Amino acid sequence: MSFNVAKVRQDFPIFERTIRDGKKLVYLDSGATSQKPNSVIDAESNFYKFHNAAVHRGAHQLAEEATDAFEGARLKVANFIGAKEDEIAFTKSATESLNLVAYAMGNAEPGTRFALTSKDRIVVTEMEHHANLIPWQQLAARTGAQLSWFEVTPEGHLDLSKINSVITEDTKVVALTHQSNVLGTINPLEAIVARAHEVGAVVVLDACQSVPHMPVDVKKLGVDFLAFSGHKAVGPTGVGVIWSSLLNELPPFLFGGSMIETVTMTSATWSPAPRKFEAGVPNMAQAVGLGAAIDYLTGIGMQAVHEHENQLTDYLLNKLLAVPELKVVGPTTNESRGGTVSFTVGEIHPHDLGQYLDSQGVAVRTGHHCAWPLTRKLGVPATTRASLYFYNDESDCDALYEAILGAQKYFA
Amino acid sequence: MELDSLYQEVILDHYKHPLHKGLSDSYGAQVHHVNPSCGDEITLNINATDGKITSITWDGVGCSISQASVSIASDLLVNKSFAEADAILNEFTELMQSKGTKEGNPDVLEDAVALAGVSKFPARIKCALLGWMAFKDAAVRINTTTGGE
Repeated sequence: MSFNVAKVRQDFPIFERTIRDGKKLVYLDSGATSQKPNSVIDAESNFYKFHNAAVHRGAHQLAEEATDAFEGARLKVANFIGAKEDEIAFTKSATESLNLVAYAMGNAEPGTRFALTSKDRIVVTEMEHHANLIPWQQLAARTGAQLSWFEVTPEGHLDLSKINSVITEDTKVVALTHQSNVLGTINPLEAIVARAHEVGAVVVLDACQSVPHMPVDVKKLGVDFLAFSGHKAVGPTGVGVIWSSLLNELPPFLFGGSMIETVTMTSATWSPAPRKFEAGVPNMAQAVGLGAAIDYLTGIGMQAVHEHENQLTDYLLNKLLAVPELKVVGPTTNESRGGTVSFTVGEIHPHDLGQYLDSQGVAVRTGHHCAWPLTRKLGVPATTRASLYFYNDESDCDALYEAILGAQKYFA
Repeated sequence: MELDSLYQEVILDHYKHPLHKGLSDSYGAQVHHVNPSCGDEITLNINATDGKITSITWDGVGCSISQASVSIASDLLVNKSFAEADAILNEFTELMQSKGTKEGNPDVLEDAVALAGVSKFPARIKCALLGWMAFKDAAVRINTTTGGE
């Protein structure tokens, strides 16, 4: 099972343009956002051109077509991750998805399963993106619950040696990332999920960096909530997903139209999930675009995507480790890691390095990558990050390598 | 190369040999500023007597642009009155917002004109302004707490 990268790139109009006076675009920032194939751009555009109407309301043909397209996208998402349709709610982003879970728990009736008090504990990890850290910090602050976390080892793995004293009997939530957006580390979920469930806690998984890059089956993972965004999976911006088999047990987060069952002047009751979590006219065109993105990825095959990236990560790591003074921040071997590689190059500040790489057409991300506590822990104020996707090939890694050597000369 | 307009020799010199780096033991005001998008940080101390800035010292981590810019700013603004410093700061801010259309007046800005090229790189303007904004904040604070004494 494999695919032709050169052919795949033809589906992405952005690769036809050049960068900084005619240089080939070497896009190594898919960890921030992926590029979009024509089929996704067309799906979003065609929704507006031919089917635009508010879903789930309106007594007319367009409303029917829009609803079919929107709900069709939900089915595609469900099939993609091995879930049921009514376990999928659309949000505007993975950030909103994670906030949804945290805020909904904050809305839980005292004494119910999701309600938190000062006797409870929330567990996160030191490698979380701010989007899966701050909502829990804030929930802890609002409820008095204690926030604890798994530490990260110097090699960039979670330290699970004290798992039973981190996930204690009073733990209600364990929120962690599937794959670190800085280090590329893929976390071992089995032990964490087992311990969490042993103490009756739910596991909330940030899958932003895994769902676009590998086959993911929510049932096999055993987690309770899973969030990811459309735009990192060749889909549009403005659409995220929250999956859970527990959605019906969770109180709503946002209130308004569409999410109700009955309303009086003083009270309201809620629609069953997922509608309960989709207040207001939803991001229909974006959801439909995400459906097209999933069709596109399925056409290539997620196993093929994963294998391609795995081989390319091997190539990239070897290339980078051959650069004098370059230090990979995170796992230096291609085991239990994805195609996101952060590094430092001698004394060259990542911003300066990124600027030089850009002058050569190489697009990377620099900074703390929205994971400030992690970079602080690892003792680096900032790093440069190259992140791969299925449309990258060895020539992109070569271009990065040559450009880093060029930067070393430039800033010598 | 376009990049050379950003990384002028003067800037790289200040980056490698920063001026007024190392915090003074005492200060009339101290501020700590960060650039949250990249993690650059700076702590800046100022002292003043009779409305005149007698010392500016700083410490920080960041890219060549942010570090060179605070080095240039501290050397340019020390021994000026607050009014003079304010005028220089305004001229520098205008230069940064000029999108590459201004060269900057070397009589006023001295070494800081080397940063003119930054205005063509929108993502780097905040780097160049970090130290200057820290100074501006410190100037407000010292004048609120001590009246510039």
